[in-house]
Amino acid sequence: MSAERAERRRAWAAVAPALVWTCAFFVVPFAIMAAMSLWQRQGREVVRVWDLSNYHAFFSKPHLVGALWNSLEITLAVTAISVALAYPLAWIIAELVPRRFQRLALMLAVLPFWTSYVVRSYAWTLVLAKNGVLNQVLLGMGAIAEPLEISATRTATVIGFVHFFVMLLTLTIYANLLQLPPNYRRAAADLGAGPLRVFWHITLPLTLPGVMVGAFLTFVLCIGDYITPQILGGNSELVLPQVIMLQLGRGADLPMAAALSIVLMAVVTLAWLGCARWLRLERA
Amino acid sequence: MNRLLPVAAWGYALALYGFIFLPVAVLVLFSFQDGRLPIPPFDGPSLKWYSQVWGDRKLMAALGNSLAVAMLSSGVAVALGFLAAWGLARGRLWGTRAMQGLITAPLTVSYLLIGLGLMISFNLSGIGPSLVTVGIGHAVINTPLCFAICFASMGDHQVNIERAARDLGAREWQVLGLVTAPMLMPAILAAFALSVTFSWDEFIIAFLLSRFDVTLPVEIWSLLRSGLNPKTNAAGSVVFLISVAVVLVAEIVVARRRA
Repeated sequence: MSAERAERRRAWAAVAPALVWTCAFFVVPFAIMAAMSLWQRQGREVVRVWDLSNYHAFFSKPHLVGALWNSLEITLAVTAISVALAYPLAWIIAELVPRRFQRLALMLAVLPFWTSYVVRSYAWTLVLAKNGVLNQVLLGMGAIAEPLEISATRTATVIGFVHFFVMLLTLTIYANLLQLPPNYRRAAADLGAGPLRVFWHITLPLTLPGVMVGAFLTFVLCIGDYITPQILGGNSELVLPQVIMLQLGRGADLPMAAALSIVLMAVVTLAWLGCARWLRLERA
Repeated sequence: MNRLLPVAAWGYALALYGFIFLPVAVLVLFSFQDGRLPIPPFDGPSLKWYSQVWGDRKLMAALGNSLAVAMLSSGVAVALGFLAAWGLARGRLWGTRAMQGLITAPLTVSYLLIGLGLMISFNLSGIGPSLVTVGIGHAVINTPLCFAICFASMGDHQVNIERAARDLGAREWQVLGLVTAPMLMPAILAAFALSVTFSWDEFIIAFLLSRFDVTLPVEIWSLLRSGLNPKTNAAGSVVFLISVAVVLVAEIVVARRRA
């Protein structure tokens, strides 16, 4: 009995540092940020009046609400395109590549993942610039007459994002396909289903929960990212993280930045609630 | 149909691999550019931009800062994550699920918000931005990761070995340090390597929580203000090389431990 109590005390002692750390540097800062979103900037001071004026300002200023819409549109487009591109690649690696080369194929597919985030976006500006690689190659081939104006547009942001998330989703979807027991597919094939029908009626539905998890991860990471839209997207259509960072520049308005962050957080939470049905399916 | 499918599949895979490698290939290729712009035509190879990176004292200082922050913050994250995983896997504690949820909660929040929350809090409590605050931020994002990795590899079979060590008179720190940690070394090393690469790459938290001494991604960020420049290519290629080296070493270490 006392041995068990000693064991429990040891366990508490081991867990405590991480708990204290997470509270001190994650929970408390978040609470402070939430509190600050209710305060106000007046001149260069932050005044601790408690009201919703920052949120009111958010919903009444078109450029702020517009940033939220831009964020949502870009994020949804990126999520859909990335899943559509990554699924076939993951399927090819899992089904067509010989077993012993699969790990290598996967490692190659995610190798550029390890370039730093900032550098990766910069590399895309090199590719997409008006006199960059893509335009010069296409012009040289005679595929286009005029250089494409992709750099500093929403398209460039989406391309940069899709590049990153295709790698991430290939990994997660591949892991999912691998867990699939082959028996169902064999049974369907024995009963006369062609490869496309097997895929449509067996493989796809069974991997859907995993795909949803990956898609949700994409959504969360994409909507919170500042670097890719800042480097690739130009200044015409700002997204929410860019607007948040703008509040920190000259004449810093920390309460407004905090309020916008809470809005971002709320969007992610809503998305989670929306996906929860599918996200939970995985456990069942 | 059956003959067409593989052809289409391989074509598709090839195209997508091309898309995935395109920016990295362009980045590395034009880091060897001889001219002043990293765009075609390529007139190299030349190593002059690498020697410029090597001679850039700010970049080199940032590289050192990044390494230090990555190592120390990952050390803290692994220690916290490993201890918590051990405690939650071994003792049947009240509220285990809630504690698990709390420790992994930072995984679900974007780095921007974590960085902003810390920045505001440090600001209010009068703690100035420095490499220490950056390290704290990175340990916050990496602790849940280390916890999850260690927790997943804690098995029940190890409990008996720990009990045996205790029965033979080992003190608690000896059990942890000489028995449990060595048994879990692959997971601990994997967690550490992953943390190092995440911290090494991380921009937004480092940007928000540093001022005079900065990490490499922040320094590269300020290089971007000069527009397209082969020097940025060279710096980016060096960062890429180091990350890949860390990943490969981790792969090899883990694979060898498993074998």
